[in-house]
Amino acid sequence: MDRNQLQRQVALMRSSLIEQVPNPSLPSLKLLVGYLDEQQFLQLEDLQDDVNPNFVEEIVTLFYKDSARLFHNIEQALKSRPVDFAKLDNYMHQFRGSTSSIGAIKVKNECNQFKEFCLAGNAEGCARAFQKVKQEHETLRTQLETYFKLRRQAGLAETV
Amino acid sequence: MGVKSNKMQNNHQQHNHNHSVVVRLNEQMGTKRGYTFIQAYRAWIPKFLMLWVVVMAFISMMIYNWMDAEIKERRKEVLTSMCDQRARMLQDQFIVSVNHVHALALLVSTFHYYKNPSAIDQETFAEYTACTSFERPLLSGVAYAQRVVNSERESFERQHGWTIRTMEREPSPVRDEYAPVIFSQETVSYIESLDMMSGEEDRENILRARATGKAVLTSPFRLLGSHHLGVVLTFPVYKSKLSSHPTVKERIEATAGYLGGAFDVESLVEKLLGQLAGNQAILVYVYDITNSSDPLIMYGHQNQDGDMSLTHESKLDFGDPFRKHEMICRYHQKAPASWTAITTAFLFFVICILVGYIFYGAANHIVKVEDDFHEMQELKVRAEAADVAKSQFLATVSHEIRTPMNGVLGMLGLLLDTDLSSTQRDFAQTAQVCGRALIALINEVLDRAKIEAGKLELEAVPFDLRSILDDVLSLFSEKSRNKGIEIKIGIGMHKLIVTNFILFLSSLFVDFNRYGFVIHNSPLGYIIWEVKLAVFVSAKVPDIVMGDPGRFRQIVTNLVGNSVKFTERGHIFVKVHLAEPSKTVINEPCLNGGSDESVLTPGGRQFKTLSGQEAADERNCWETFRHLIADEEFRSDSSSNRTASFEASDHVTLMVCVEDTGIGIPLSAQDRIFTPFMQADSSTSRHYGGTGIGLSISKCLVERMGGQINFVSQPHVGSTFSFTAIFERCKKTSFNEMKKPISEDLPSGFRGLKAILVDGKPVRAAVTSYHLKRLGILVEVASSIKMAVALCAKNGSVIPGNIVRPDLILVEKDSWISAEDGGLNIRQLEWKQNGHVFKLPKMILLATNISSTELKKAKATGFADTVIMKPLRASMIAACLQQVGIGKKRQQGKDLLNESSFLQNLLCGKKILVVDDNVINRRVAAGVLKKFGAHVECADSGKGALDLLKLPHGFDACFMDIQMPEMDGFEATRRIRQMESEANKQVNGGSPIDGTARNGEWHTPILAMTADVIHATYDECLKCGMDGYVSKPFQEENLHQAVAKIFKSKPVEEP
Repeated sequence: MDRNQLQRQVALMRSSLIEQVPNPSLPSLKLLVGYLDEQQFLQLEDLQDDVNPNFVEEIVTLFYKDSARLFHNIEQALKSRPVDFAKLDNYMHQFRGSTSSIGAIKVKNECNQFKEFCLAGNAEGCARAFQKVKQEHETLRTQLETYFKLRRQAGLAETV
Repeated sequence: MGVKSNKMQNNHQQHNHNHSVVVRLNEQMGTKRGYTFIQAYRAWIPKFLMLWVVVMAFISMMIYNWMDAEIKERRKEVLTSMCDQRARMLQDQFIVSVNHVHALALLVSTFHYYKNPSAIDQETFAEYTACTSFERPLLSGVAYAQRVVNSERESFERQHGWTIRTMEREPSPVRDEYAPVIFSQETVSYIESLDMMSGEEDRENILRARATGKAVLTSPFRLLGSHHLGVVLTFPVYKSKLSSHPTVKERIEATAGYLGGAFDVESLVEKLLGQLAGNQAILVYVYDITNSSDPLIMYGHQNQDGDMSLTHESKLDFGDPFRKHEMICRYHQKAPASWTAITTAFLFFVICILVGYIFYGAANHIVKVEDDFHEMQELKVRAEAADVAKSQFLATVSHEIRTPMNGVLGMLGLLLDTDLSSTQRDFAQTAQVCGRALIALINEVLDRAKIEAGKLELEAVPFDLRSILDDVLSLFSEKSRNKGIEIKIGIGMHKLIVTNFILFLSSLFVDFNRYGFVIHNSPLGYIIWEVKLAVFVSAKVPDIVMGDPGRFRQIVTNLVGNSVKFTERGHIFVKVHLAEPSKTVINEPCLNGGSDESVLTPGGRQFKTLSGQEAADERNCWETFRHLIADEEFRSDSSSNRTASFEASDHVTLMVCVEDTGIGIPLSAQDRIFTPFMQADSSTSRHYGGTGIGLSISKCLVERMGGQINFVSQPHVGSTFSFTAIFERCKKTSFNEMKKPISEDLPSGFRGLKAILVDGKPVRAAVTSYHLKRLGILVEVASSIKMAVALCAKNGSVIPGNIVRPDLILVEKDSWISAEDGGLNIRQLEWKQNGHVFKLPKMILLATNISSTELKKAKATGFADTVIMKPLRASMIAACLQQVGIGKKRQQGKDLLNESSFLQNLLCGKKILVVDDNVINRRVAAGVLKKFGAHVECADSGKGALDLLKLPHGFDACFMDIQMPEMDGFEATRRIRQMESEANKQVNGGSPIDGTARNGEWHTPILAMTADVIHATYDECLKCGMDGYVSKPFQEENLHQAVAKIFKSKPVEEP
């Protein structure tokens, strides 16, 4: 009973993370919609099996570790004068690659914004966009953490 | 970098475009410069005129001369005839007079000499001559002079009693002989006794007369008495009869006297001329030309006036052979200028000049008109260029406005994320909404301008029509949801309050009335979002077509948006099917449409459309629709037939209908509905907002797609917009390659499921089953729950049917409610099922809206928790079904059977190198590949890859990221290929390095991993020696395609 409930909650959470259209029966999760690309995330989840049970979590952890490094680089690049937009673009490209790998749509969109500013040579815009990226990045992290926690609980319940 | 260069390219293109406009302009001017003949020789026109005038003047002169000569000739003839006439008359008169004088002479000789004594004396003579003077009109008088010899002088003088006198009236001196006048007419009595021989003229005359015996004339002289010019005629009178041929001597001897008469030529001619007409016109001269060198004038005015140029001479014979006379006539006046000739010539000249001038004027006019024409043409070209320039300007400006507007919107977004008071938030939100509206407007203007400037180019990429339609629909359904759907109001509430409430709501939601709230006076007092959105795509429409998905979406969005804007109740129904001209079913049902399709229900007329409301175009009515579906099913059954007709042509023409039951378009506005910035009327414009540019853009876009857009609309009933568009069919190969990235990835876990759909409305049922079919679910439609029960019972038994056992039953809310009302228990269905099968099918409710009480009731009845909300989308249905727990298990199994199993077959045991600088991507790629049983090694840069791929190596394939620092994927691939070709040369040289080289050739398959799936990138991949590419992040189908291609030739060992 408890297990079923947990599983359902995980599913709901996942679908709310993924789906653009909020499920009307879950108005409270309305704010959390649209963070993830359905296909990509489901595929990642599909990669999990008995050999690699926590693949998604692993990847996500890796993503956050790596992104910390990239953020540092980007911040450095933003601070330097004159701003090297090519370098910024390069960093952001890497970061965007990572985000699209885990299917973080919202972050990716912000990255695109950042790259636009980069192309336009707008340092201020870059800085703002970067703030946005970080913001989305952070929101996603909390979302995912909650999700993983739920999942672990569900998984535990399953094993028990 | 890539994007930057793209932008530069764009700029360049734009520049090129500008340039090309100018060039085109010049070309146009050039080609239009085709001058006509007249235009080319315009400088010659005045010269031609001058030449013409000169030639015509010359011709006029000739005409004048000719006519003048003619006239002169005639004048001469007239003169001749007149002169001759006068001469003849004069001569005749003269001869008559001479003859009479002759007779008188004979009288004198007879009565004076033959009678003795003489019978004549002066008295008798005078009397006689006076009496007969009328016979001699030309003679002023006659006289008889007797020949007196000197010896007889004295006796003679005595006899007569006077002395002989000379002409000077003096006594005559002594001479040989004398000729004194003895008889005279009274008119000349003064010459009696005068010796005629004393006058030189007379003497000569007398001598000549008696010698010849004929009438003899003197030369003209002034006569005595009248001082007129005259001649004297002298006849000899002989004493005795002469022999027949007398000699001169005989004559002289026989001469007795002389009869003389004075011709007064002057008065004679005067009298004569007076008798003739036209004597005023001519001058007549009579000359004695006996001495030809010195003509003596007999008649005529001495002063020689008159026309000297033209004279005529007529010979006169007065009977004296010794004397010669002639008459000379000339005109009294000079020949008058011949006015006929002058006027004729002048008129001819004038006419010719006028004609010439007319031609000149015409030529000048032609030149002028042509000049004007060229000028106009130039202006036209310029105006057109200006128009293009305007459009370009508009496009540029719009584009430029968009950029800062994006900044404004972005900043507003950022502002909204900060802590704001509610007022500030409201302001900011309003600003954002306005900004978005502005951007949308600018985008539309930009589109319009782009189309006008001819800059709009349609893409041709494969895309999934159905997913686009789903997206469009979800866009609007999302909007509708956000507006809040269901508001409950107490039964007793006054309608006014309701209306006020609505107004209040509308102030909350800026464009509230766009989404059509309707006040329903139903007993429960609901205000319900009444518009149903639905999409139906005919199964014959190919899954993937080549075309411009963005533009297609734009058109559909626009039409649906319009429909949503103007529809307050009923439905909006998007239908796509193949536009096949051969199909005639379209027209058929409309004939009996009215009576058949509407059935009277208590609520009023009910139509067999999606929502039951009447639609403007009856083509979407159920009758047609059923034909369509029936036809489709028939087609899909006989698949050979279907494929035959499908593959026949490269192009597919789609007909998209957007039907709504909105306010419709007023008839007066229907003809300008596609004109930009034109809405149906101003009041509508105020009521509904919008620029009215959308439809004109849609029209342009549709035309660019080779189709047509038109509509049928009835005010207060609804509108149906339909357009056709031509797309290319996707080739089989590209179809498979491209399918994954472009089409919406529908979960495949539902394939083969069976469902019963309970829905009373056939169109709605068709739409629902269309979505279910897309998920691979087999659908059986039952019009009511009763029927569904029957269907289940039948299938539950041994009788083989279409559906052996339904996995799920979908019930439309209306059907459920009507079943409830009818006292039918839904559990009946359940119970029946329970009797036969161990697992009861899931029952799911389909609804547009549902209240919580209804939901509870439904749950109580046995429906699953999840209600599938409309408008339907395949992916949403899938999500809901998954939520309920259907299809999950099967999905894995199916996947295994499907692509995954193939991939596993292909990849199992293969050693694969993944090159990517991004650790996440690397891990994900590795994870995916590992899942399929491959051994994966990773490299984090191009250099690392080169190290690992040094020959000989054991890798079966390499996945290479393209954008990497230091050495990108292209470069790395090139180097690897270089290494391999060197190694291959050595192999061919005879020293094989290792046995692992397959077929004696090194060629490691390299697949590019790239996020952008642009065709250009793909080309570049192939150019540098890659074997294919996979999109990043990996998608199974895509991966499968790529991997299958590279491992196809090699035998795959079964795991």
